[in-house]
Amino acid sequence: MVGVRTPVLAALLLMAFALVFATDFVATGAMAEGTAKWPGQCVADSATMRRNHFEMLLHQRDDTMRLGERPSDRSLGACLDCHAVKGADGHAVTAADSRHFCRTCHDSAAVRIDCFSCHNSAPGRGK
Amino acid sequence: MTDVSNPSRRSLLAGLATLTLAPGIVLMAPQPAGAAATAGKRWGLLIDTTKCSSGCDACVQACGAEHGWSDPTHGRPDQAPRWVRKVDVKDPASGKTASLPVMCQHCAKPPCVDVCPTGASFKRADGIVLVDRHICIGCRYCMMACPFKARSFVHEDVTSQRPGTPRGNGTVEGCTLCVTRVDAGKLPVCVDACAGTGKGAILFGDLNDPNSAISRRVREVAPARLRADLRLDTGVHYQGL
Repeated sequence: MVGVRTPVLAALLLMAFALVFATDFVATGAMAEGTAKWPGQCVADSATMRRNHFEMLLHQRDDTMRLGERPSDRSLGACLDCHAVKGADGHAVTAADSRHFCRTCHDSAAVRIDCFSCHNSAPGRGK
Repeated sequence: MTDVSNPSRRSLLAGLATLTLAPGIVLMAPQPAGAAATAGKRWGLLIDTTKCSSGCDACVQACGAEHGWSDPTHGRPDQAPRWVRKVDVKDPASGKTASLPVMCQHCAKPPCVDVCPTGASFKRADGIVLVDRHICIGCRYCMMACPFKARSFVHEDVTSQRPGTPRGNGTVEGCTLCVTRVDAGKLPVCVDACAGTGKGAILFGDLNDPNSAISRRVREVAPARLRADLRLDTGVHYQGL
């Protein structure tokens, strides 16, 4: 029995370590701090945004698509407007550039961003 | 997620409860506060083909520029996206000719919605038929089902999408009746473009409102609808066909 339990325990310990490090990364990881146009004016505090921004976007995505609700502050366009990173030419960079706000974290976390296969990754909402 | 929960959903549920508590009483569908897709409305177009001329494609050009579907592609021209096209028709019996733009007809009973295996093809509460490209798998059943050839498939990666018009490889797209503009209280871009040429052949409005300009004109001229035999109750009407 001991022979079976030891690798299981080791695996569990490893997973726990991985979780702790993942949490640390999200909480304190190298984010593009200070890129927001209006610091402190985001729809939620930084910790909430880092943990939940994808769920917020998913929620808003369905409300916008199905119900036509287009709040000015919770759309993907609003995120891009505020978190735009200017390139050397003075224009906001797209997700093709590693300096793009979303990519600074998604590259490290190795999470692919699906949004920009259809949505423009540079700001410029037309309303 | 409490900070992003939407109070309008609760009011919608409350409205539904009211609806079921009072059976037999016809009520307007409850409308979530702040939602643009108003259930009482039915957006539609009335196209006056007597004012539309064969050589003019201002509406097509404006649509392509607004939504970016006419941007150059590397694929075969016959596979290029096309949200609206000009069609010249001739009645073989009388010889009468007409020219008209054909786009998504925003059917009340859309066949594209019937055949969609994922629910991506759907009709909004205000009658606008859309593709939810978040869940579209690109099977193109809807393209086969549409009697108006109104939908296109995107065959290659898209960049420089226009504001308010996401477009992406591997999904089906079509006329959205400029839903972003309509939600903002503006007219579809083809309507503005046609008015800009001085023809003013396209009228946009709420078909459910008996006092709207489009409803009054529909009552007055009893316009034709494409493939009326299919009884799809299309939202686009054609005067003078």
